[in-house]
Amino acid sequence: MSTTNSAAANPIPASPIEAAGGGVATYVDQRVGSNKFLGRTLGKVFPDHWSFMLGEIALYSFLVVLLSGVYLTLFYKPSMVEVIYNGSYVPLKGIEMSEAYASTLDISFDVRGGLLIRQMHHWSALIFIAAIAVHMFRVFFTGAFRKPREFNWILGVGLATLALAAGFSGYSLPDDLLSGTGLQIARGIVQSIPIVGTWGAFLLFGSEFPGTDFISRLYGIHILLVPGLILALVSVHLMLVWTQKHTQFPGPGRTNNNVVGYPLMPVYMAKAGGFFFIVFGICTLIAGLVTINPIWLFGPYTPDQVSAGSQPDWYIGWLDGALRIMPNLESYLFGYTISWNILIPAVIMPGIVFTALAFYPFLEAWITGDKREHHLLDRPRNNPTRTGIGVMAITFYGLLWIGGGNDIIATSFNLTINSITWFLRIAVFVLPPIAFLVTKRICLALQRRDRDKLLHGYETGRVLRLPHGEFIEVHETINYKEMAVITSKSDIAPLPAPVKVDADGVANRKYWIQSLRAKLSNFFYADNISKPTAAEIEAAQHHLDHGAALEAPLHAYEDADEIRNAHGGVLHHPGMANTNAEQLAGRSDR
Amino acid sequence: MTDISTGSGHGPSENTPAKLGYSPVADIPHRPRVADTDPRAARRAERQVASMFMLSMFFVVLFVVAFIAIDKYATVYIPVFGAVGAMNVALGFTMGVAIFLIGAGAIQWAKKLMPDVEVVQLRHDLVSPTEATNEAAANYERGKEESGFARFKIIRRTLIGAMVLFPIPLVVMLRDLWISPPGNPSPSTLLTTTLWEDGTRVVTDATYLPIRPEDIPVGGLVSAAPADLPEVQEAEHNLNARGKAAIILVRMDPAEILSQQGDGWDYQGILAYSKICTHVGCPIALYEQRTHHLLCPCHQSTFDLSDSGNVIFGPAARRMPQLPIGVDAEGFIVAKAPFAEPVGPSFWERG
Repeated sequence: MSTTNSAAANPIPASPIEAAGGGVATYVDQRVGSNKFLGRTLGKVFPDHWSFMLGEIALYSFLVVLLSGVYLTLFYKPSMVEVIYNGSYVPLKGIEMSEAYASTLDISFDVRGGLLIRQMHHWSALIFIAAIAVHMFRVFFTGAFRKPREFNWILGVGLATLALAAGFSGYSLPDDLLSGTGLQIARGIVQSIPIVGTWGAFLLFGSEFPGTDFISRLYGIHILLVPGLILALVSVHLMLVWTQKHTQFPGPGRTNNNVVGYPLMPVYMAKAGGFFFIVFGICTLIAGLVTINPIWLFGPYTPDQVSAGSQPDWYIGWLDGALRIMPNLESYLFGYTISWNILIPAVIMPGIVFTALAFYPFLEAWITGDKREHHLLDRPRNNPTRTGIGVMAITFYGLLWIGGGNDIIATSFNLTINSITWFLRIAVFVLPPIAFLVTKRICLALQRRDRDKLLHGYETGRVLRLPHGEFIEVHETINYKEMAVITSKSDIAPLPAPVKVDADGVANRKYWIQSLRAKLSNFFYADNISKPTAAEIEAAQHHLDHGAALEAPLHAYEDADEIRNAHGGVLHHPGMANTNAEQLAGRSDR
Repeated sequence: MTDISTGSGHGPSENTPAKLGYSPVADIPHRPRVADTDPRAARRAERQVASMFMLSMFFVVLFVVAFIAIDKYATVYIPVFGAVGAMNVALGFTMGVAIFLIGAGAIQWAKKLMPDVEVVQLRHDLVSPTEATNEAAANYERGKEESGFARFKIIRRTLIGAMVLFPIPLVVMLRDLWISPPGNPSPSTLLTTTLWEDGTRVVTDATYLPIRPEDIPVGGLVSAAPADLPEVQEAEHNLNARGKAAIILVRMDPAEILSQQGDGWDYQGILAYSKICTHVGCPIALYEQRTHHLLCPCHQSTFDLSDSGNVIFGPAARRMPQLPIGVDAEGFIVAKAPFAEPVGPSFWERG
């Protein structure tokens, strides 16, 4: 029941740490002063929750990507020199291909364990990006991005973007038919950018498409630039988690000023360390058992061939879907072409999405005027508008993603590509707002339910018939765990509408912006179901006690020893706060 | 030290569990685990953890054995997964299990044998103490004063100017990421020209054989290239010319041709179109002979080849460029002129 702030003593011979077998610790400390850090760190407390492992999965799968990637660099040749393949994969023997593709075939067929590492690299990269996305959902829906963690949110958005860049640049390196097609599309997108696009495409590829430079250029980006940036940002991301201490979900004893959980040494050392091996092991198992990206089936890249059903990796699917469902708008102005059909879905839309993501914490803070520090997480229901916005964004993303597989859906479900595309063209505008409204209503309903539980307890299912014939259902006070969780809700009042001209007749110059802010604040908080006050709960308690009093004669009967034994324990005593604790204690006795 | 603060910490939350008579964390009854009370259970947990670590070592040995013993070209049939490479499955399985077991053992150890009592630690203010802030401000002011950054206007302005200009060389040097070919053609010129010229013979794209009209049946489709493509590829050591010049030949009943991009650009119902999609440049060869529709496998743009290659559905904004064809003296199909419009995706200067 206490923190383990064992302050390390001075590193003099026979210090406590040396007595504890820490000769190395003393040796290092005399040179870098590390015991000051160790003393604080080993006892550092982390809160426990399954959703906090999502970020861990991202980190650990990234480490697997790095390890497997280093191994791959030993065998892969980032060269577009044409060679005649003479490896052991018979169907491609004697075919002309780039050295990059040939070496990827060698890794897959002739290097023992090479295919395993290649598949580990690909699988863990997919898991890395998926974990980032789900981790981001968790952070968003629980409001973990609020002050003081806005910087870490931005770092996270940066990391997500870099992860996409890492994925795409790596996807293109094998130089197989599918990856080259992805690059061809990327070039088409760059070319659509007004004024600088054409030149940009030539500079990026070093020539017309495909040229002979992109493999070596992407290689440097993929193995040095992007992972270097990711490592740097991840380090800062983790350092901030460290100094700011982790957020925690509401619960008994958990406040905005403390951290309730387990110390790093030994519990998290074992749990987090062990979890790294779990993630590593699972990536390896999947790589051993499930084939991914069988590049030998696609053949070498040539710009005049493509296979039907071309699909990108999952994380590019939404962008490809946006490209697919966009109507074919193009304008011609003063002899120049603006390809809105490419520019909007592939440049402007993702630009808006990532900008909005990065700025959301600041936008919400401005709207709500909330300047407090938040270390206790929001339950998603307690901020219905934010939760609604999140679900709206996920719906939008999901629809685009469906668009990315419209050909597969058409052939699998026997639908026409035209009807799917037209459905999506309309749905991306109609369904997200509906998702927003539905989510918000569900959240508000859950808030009402919470308020009900506080005021009227929960329904026990026991129906009483009173002497005068009335039937009532007995309600009981919820247990303190639930009570602590529900009462963690902090109500925020919407900002009042500003005055245009004040009492002294002075015009309010900021009226327009204040009015917008007040409207947005109302949009966020006007329909909030406020938490009952202490007085209300106390009054309700009397009501509950009243119900208990009505039931008391029955309990007098149940409490008789033989009944108690027959039921094997303590029954609920309505309105008595210690009942649950007593029951818990009783359970653990057995 | 029991840092138990009560209350949910912020906002108007007067209904904290503590104030309602509920217990803060210190009083949550701790349910001891079996291993906490029963020494036999504790020893059992200890054995479980140790055997996982032991098994992990065993699987590492198996991995090495598999690496040496299994023929790397052998396949094995596994239900659900089908015929797969034996080496890959064996290595992945043994290595995966070995690594997984280390993690599983460590977590079992933490869950069964390490303390499961939650502890409380207070958060500390992130804001620096006033003295530290004052010291920072004082040092900054002193530095500003001593350097004279505020006083020496001319130094300040020239410094800013120098800082703005110094990245320019770094950007300028990026210019030669693309080294212009001889004659300095502009990017748009390069994108606009292909190998096709008046009289260029049309050959098949893989075997480079010239094509006679009678080689293509009605309803048929042939992927083709210009006859000089092999030499150009050999000379340039890249696939750039192929990427622009790829075409398809389709043959339909002349009565079914509704329109063409130029009068008589077909030869006896044989039409030649660029193979490169005008959307973002995927090569297209999904042709439905009954409707004469050409569908791009990347983004499903659909073109009607019987009607000037116009877009009938999808994100592409431009029709597929048509190549006028005829036959030469020997009866082989040839181009009668270069493409009249640029092939492939749109670009700014295309007009």
